[in-house]
Amino acid sequence: MSGGRGADGAGEALRIEDLRKSFGDLEVLGGVSLSVRRGEVVVVIGASGSGKSTMLRCVNFMEIPTSGKIFLGGALVGRERGGGIEYREKELTRLRARVGMVFQHFNLFPHMTVLQNVMEGPKTVLGCDGEECRRRGNLYLDRVGLAWKAESYPSQLSGGQQQRVAIARALAMEPEIMLFDEATSALDPELVGEVLETMKALAEDGMTMIIVTHELGFAYTVADRVLFLSGGRVLEEGTPSEVLTFPREEGTRNFLRGHGTFRLPEPRLD
Amino acid sequence: MGHNWDFSSVFASRALLLQGLENTLILGATCLALGLFFGLFVGAARFSGRAWLYFPATVFVEVFRNTPVLVQIMWFFFAFPIIVPFQVDAFTAAAIGLTLNTVAFSSEIYRAGLQSLARGQWEAGRALGMSYWQQMFRVILPQAARRMLPAFMNRAVELFKMTSLASVVAYGELMHQAKVVSTISFNPIEMYTSVALIFFAVLFPMTVFARRFETRGDPRGRS
Amino acid sequence: MGYEWDFAVVFRDFDLLLLGLVNTLKVTGLALLFGVPLGLALSLARLYGNFAARLFVGLVIEFLRTTPPIAQLFWFFFALPILIGVEIDPFRASVLTFSLQSSAFFAEVFRAGIQSVEAGQWEASRAIGMDRNETLRRVILPQGVKRMIPAFLERAIELMKTTTLVSAISYADLLYQANSVAQSTYRTIEVFSVAAGMYFVVIFACSLGVRRLERRMARSGETVMN
Repeated sequence: MSGGRGADGAGEALRIEDLRKSFGDLEVLGGVSLSVRRGEVVVVIGASGSGKSTMLRCVNFMEIPTSGKIFLGGALVGRERGGGIEYREKELTRLRARVGMVFQHFNLFPHMTVLQNVMEGPKTVLGCDGEECRRRGNLYLDRVGLAWKAESYPSQLSGGQQQRVAIARALAMEPEIMLFDEATSALDPELVGEVLETMKALAEDGMTMIIVTHELGFAYTVADRVLFLSGGRVLEEGTPSEVLTFPREEGTRNFLRGHGTFRLPEPRLD
Repeated sequence: MGHNWDFSSVFASRALLLQGLENTLILGATCLALGLFFGLFVGAARFSGRAWLYFPATVFVEVFRNTPVLVQIMWFFFAFPIIVPFQVDAFTAAAIGLTLNTVAFSSEIYRAGLQSLARGQWEAGRALGMSYWQQMFRVILPQAARRMLPAFMNRAVELFKMTSLASVVAYGELMHQAKVVSTISFNPIEMYTSVALIFFAVLFPMTVFARRFETRGDPRGRS
Repeated sequence: MGYEWDFAVVFRDFDLLLLGLVNTLKVTGLALLFGVPLGLALSLARLYGNFAARLFVGLVIEFLRTTPPIAQLFWFFFALPILIGVEIDPFRASVLTFSLQSSAFFAEVFRAGIQSVEAGQWEASRAIGMDRNETLRRVILPQGVKRMIPAFLERAIELMKTTTLVSAISYADLLYQANSVAQSTYRTIEVFSVAAGMYFVVIFACSLGVRRLERRMARSGETVMN
């Protein structure tokens, strides 16, 4: 687990430099740069198609960036060669073990129990022995409040519970950073709360997190920093109150206006 | 593997092989046409709710789907002639066996195709005063045909593969011709390789075509 | 039809037919034993091999699927021994042919099963740092194989029906035994009918089992057809 939150100078968990990603002719990310300190919580907002999910997926190399550099824990991922970066799948596989990711659609393994889901990474990837795996599995299930469901199968859980198991599964790898890709978008409204609570508790424990979400109220209370992405670029960046309450850019304002659901402190959109 | 591949002897007997291929195609086409035609009625009988139609049709289909087709051909070649008052030659025996086999399998395709259409289509036809067979031919089949086409094409490929079994009762189709020629000219390697290649050349395009249809589905987007 | 039926003769030689049935099951079982793992290997090569491997394996699979099994059997029985200079008895030729032939079909069943697992399962596995082999072994195949079971069993039944061909190279399967009993007793129609009945009993029982399984699995939405 990463260090406590107060350790502001403790260093950089992640740095992204001029990240670009195109699918064929379609440029989805047009040069994004970002630095995330250890223990920092960065929330990324933006309209669908703004590139926020792609950015997240590039960070753990579910997508290979077209260009740009990504530093994890201070070290460049991949090796530089002829102006570009060369990635080797083996290296990326090891790297993904250090970055946790939570998906919109949970993607739990349906043929394993809840506990087996959480143990799977430590067991198969980290190769820890049965006893240690079990201990870890139970520890992180307890962390998301689902130790009592250890022997259930994913299909027996509610959506919110499934997503909390998915969070525990990512945590069990004891990652340096956690990525949340619209983790509550697929949930029924009444189930969103429990997942956000879990994420909030993680943030308070000092986990480094990048969260893509449409829950602006959550962003406001949990984020150290908010990024507004538009057209594959960072249009605006700052504290929650700077971006969400006093947006400078017209694009941000338009986006926030469209988001009637943002409750908590009302945004002042003169 | 010091074998000297020599296909010239195969080429020399091309007339016999072509004759065999022609017989293969005749047998296959005959059984396909008859099988699809009668299959519709058996399928419709199984689709209908009437027990006196459903029961015998079901027994027929299960028997022919659940016994090996070679056994069916052998039965019609060796056993059948004993109880009928006429001669049964190799072609007839093979054709009866393969046709009935195709009837059984295609009837299931028809049945599935008919079941895939909503009840409302039948009712609309009936409301117009159509008879059962009018509804079938004018309303239901035109719609179901598209869905059934890939399955029929796969069936046709299977059928053409099965025609090679007629060689066992010495019908002069491609496989049989190859067997005969190879024992005369002592070239089983080249001969059987050629036969496999000929079958592949004829049938592979059919499977590709069927598969394309399957993946594309209904071009009008209704599948 | 003044034919006088006489089944007594058939039942005097029933043990010969039973022996044939055992041999049929033997060839089928061995072909399954070799064909299933080989099919898995072929499907993986076809899905994840390099370009040359994909092309080659794809061609082999298509060839085995679209040429008549009897042509394959004759090739392995009459042609291959000359080619490699080693005698191959009917039993070995049969097992060899049907192992290879069924592996091509099983490869396609495996492929359908693997491809039926949602992309999210791959993503989740990659996200916790699993590589492709680990993902296949621990996540994809356990899910895929379960859905493939009905298609597998159907294929196995087809295989059993196809093994009747071995009689054409004088391997003593049920059909071959029926043929020889018919010739020695002159009770062709009874013998062939009884043999057909034996096939029917075995194959129909298997089919019913598969259909039941299919229905049960379809209710829980877990099958793939190929």
